Amino acid sequence: MQQGLLEVQELKKYFVTSQGTVRAVDEVSFVLQEGETLGLVGESGSGKSTTAYTVIGIYAPTAGKILFRGQDISAPVSKRPKALKRAIQIVFQDPGTSLNPRRSIGQILELPLKVHGIGTRRDRRERVVELLRLVELPEDYFYKSPHMLGGGERQMVAIARALATEPELVILDEPTSALDVSIQAKIINMLLRFQEEMGLSYLFITHDLSLMRNVASRVAIMYLGKICELAPTEEFFQQPLHPYTQMLLSSIPVVSDDEEAVKPKKVVSQGEIPSPVNPPPGCRFHTRCLEAGEGCRKALPEMVEVNEGHLVSCLKYQPGVASASPRAQEEVEG
Amino acid sequence: MAFWKRPGFQRRWDSVKRGWYKFSKNPVSVVGLFFVLLVSFLAAFAPYVAPYPEHAGRFVNFSEASQPPSLKHPFGTDVFGRDILSRVFFGFRYSLMMGVVVLLLVVPPGVVLGLLAGYYRGTWIDTVIMRITDVFLAVPPLILALAVCSVLTPSVFNAMMAVSLMWWPWYTRLVYGLASSIRNEFFVQAAEVAGASRSHILFREILPNCVSSIFTKMSLDMGWVILIGSSLSFVGLGAQPPTPDLGTMVADGAKYLPDQWWIAVFPALAIMITVLGFNLIGDGLRDLFALEEV
Repeated sequence: MQQGLLEVQELKKYFVTSQGTVRAVDEVSFVLQEGETLGLVGESGSGKSTTAYTVIGIYAPTAGKILFRGQDISAPVSKRPKALKRAIQIVFQDPGTSLNPRRSIGQILELPLKVHGIGTRRDRRERVVELLRLVELPEDYFYKSPHMLGGGERQMVAIARALATEPELVILDEPTSALDVSIQAKIINMLLRFQEEMGLSYLFITHDLSLMRNVASRVAIMYLGKICELAPTEEFFQQPLHPYTQMLLSSIPVVSDDEEAVKPKKVVSQGEIPSPVNPPPGCRFHTRCLEAGEGCRKALPEMVEVNEGHLVSCLKYQPGVASASPRAQEEVEG
Repeated sequence: MAFWKRPGFQRRWDSVKRGWYKFSKNPVSVVGLFFVLLVSFLAAFAPYVAPYPEHAGRFVNFSEASQPPSLKHPFGTDVFGRDILSRVFFGFRYSLMMGVVVLLLVVPPGVVLGLLAGYYRGTWIDTVIMRITDVFLAVPPLILALAVCSVLTPSVFNAMMAVSLMWWPWYTRLVYGLASSIRNEFFVQAAEVAGASRSHILFREILPNCVSSIFTKMSLDMGWVILIGSSLSFVGLGAQPPTPDLGTMVADGAKYLPDQWWIAVFPALAIMITVLGFNLIGDGLRDLFALEEV
């Protein structure tokens, strides 16, 4: 595989708490190509946001490497070079808390420009107005404070802030999950347009699988700090291999029979995500997996490339390991 | 273009009007503001509004000593024949000066230390600052101020220094609590990701979100500091005669209670009005800084 824009290699992030060590992210590896959108999907507590925060540098990784254009950036944000902060930006989940309530929209948008010493005061002001126009907000929002804006408008401001320094990689941490459905579509369309116009790469964190079908070029599923499956979007939805992915896809709510027909097969989801403080031994998913065999309780499955660019971490697909169910073999062949 | 028609001025004027609306929603705080403005006015123009400005200092007229309240002397006169009303007006000056000077000395270092400790929560900076703060907080401020004042020569200046020394930890404590929770807010993370400097994050991102609590505490403390200053004067460790300090006046008058009640009661009422005024303002300030919801 050629060198990607962002490479994450065996990233680990553990948090030490009074209850024990939380293995929020445990040996996660993926590559993000230039210009693509990698969807990182998972339930609450799967470690998807922690992965994002470690990549951006809010957390320092416990182990592993993060490479941006081949350069090692596995340092917390305060120790990273300035040019890097300009190149990687983030949009947080809740625009209600990601904008300082005591600062005006103008001040908020000007900050990244000021920090990176872009332009004179007047230039920066013009650039801020330009950014407001870009996200289709009226110019006089310059003097408003965030609490005067609606949720969707606030998220537009947060997006404008991320774009202010003309970044290459934008991390989107559930940018639409705190918003009304009507605004979600508008934000998503805007993000797709910016990607095209500015050649951005997105690391898109979400728990909304159906959204990924339209947005992502590749999708990775996380479960308890590990990636279960990573595949190009189309293949991911048509030919899911990991039992967890199958369970998730069949639990997407649909309204029509046509949509129902698109779904791979019915797998009833059961159980809750176990605590990352004390993850189950062997395959992390075996406590909820319908196809789990004896081997799954002991051996930790490795990432296997089943098809071109389609990686899965399940014993069923691991060569040399006795498979738990015969159906799995068929699927690999088919 | 006239300056009041400029958009920038209009915006500011609008926010002043909005601020007054929010403040005045609470009638009690308007009463507080009235007391404070009245006291400040009397203090500032004491030489012009006092009927006998010369009575503020070393002045003796035994022929009019210990007169009860009358038209000539509305608050009566003390044992040296000095007009108490005039002395109360000058007394406001010392009380307000005490409050203002102490808060000016106390708030900036207290707030900065609190911000630092809160931002670096969990590191050695937090530990050092907060443990020192705890030591000061362990002793009641009045007791410690008494101890310090009794070592130094009693004077208004030393009383201010003693109270200041005791007062900063309260601000450190307050701001520490606020800052350590605000520093985890996403807008602080966003500023860090953008590459903002430490001082920007401390003073532009975190501090503005603490200002409301700081101002509210300042208005309450203004009353407390005046009270403690008067207490120090009352026990003879603050302003010395013939300085017209309200605390000293109450102390002198206490000797002649209850027969010549006016000597102690009017200065005491003056202290009460000042302290009450600042305390009542507190609520209004809190409303003023509250964010309006859409």
